[in-house]
Amino acid sequence: MLRVYRGREGMISWALHRLTGLGVLMFLLIHIADIYVIGYGPEEFDSLLFIYHSLGFRLMEVMLVAALYYHAINGVRIILIDFWEGAVLIQRKLFYWGIAIFFLTFIPTAILMLRPLF
Amino acid sequence: MLSRGGGRARPAEGNGFELFSWYFFRVSGLLLIFFAIFHVVIMHVVNTVDEIDYAFVADRWGSPFWKVYDFLLLTLALLHGINGARLSIDDYIRSNGWRMVALTTLWVTAFVFMVIGAMAIVTFDPVAFDAAHAGR
Repeated sequence: MLRVYRGREGMISWALHRLTGLGVLMFLLIHIADIYVIGYGPEEFDSLLFIYHSLGFRLMEVMLVAALYYHAINGVRIILIDFWEGAVLIQRKLFYWGIAIFFLTFIPTAILMLRPLF
Repeated sequence: MLSRGGGRARPAEGNGFELFSWYFFRVSGLLLIFFAIFHVVIMHVVNTVDEIDYAFVADRWGSPFWKVYDFLLLTLALLHGINGARLSIDDYIRSNGWRMVALTTLWVTAFVFMVIGAMAIVTFDPVAFDAAHAGR
């Protein structure tokens, strides 16, 4: 796809925005369902928490945060381009700034999230 | 239609719903930066999933502030996400029949999850639950 369309940063940012958005939506639906169980009381709710404590789910939570951070940062970039005429001229630069901000915020968050494992 | 930076160009014509959806996407997105990221930081960075259980939620939802906060987060996140899925369906499902099936499924899903999410927050009452199960 990348070789055929050659959309470069604008298209890559768009594809990642859609992918991360749909990923976060999937998690949101699972999360609404698990919180619904809280109405059934402490025993029922706490008996499901082993899912959240498993290694696989912890790694998925870290991926969720990665998706959320990217989506938030690129969302700001999209809004800047929509409402400030100068931004479209530097949209590529804004993409790389966004990637830099992503790593600066995501790496410390991921380390803190996984600290119970160390 | 995409604008040069990879966002969606502001709908210029058509019915008012698309223009409303375009603005809603941006306004709810800005609000969600605060609501969703503070939520994640509180639940996964300040605390971790090891500390979160029924008692933790009961303590939090004892405060009307967090009930309102979580209700706003639920509503904004679900509508923002469903709107994104709606645009994805419009983009990828070309046949009218299947698009109608997908959009119907989407709105039913949105309605059901909005209802169960709101029920979980609004009807949560640990005191009443304990009282009802005291004799067990």
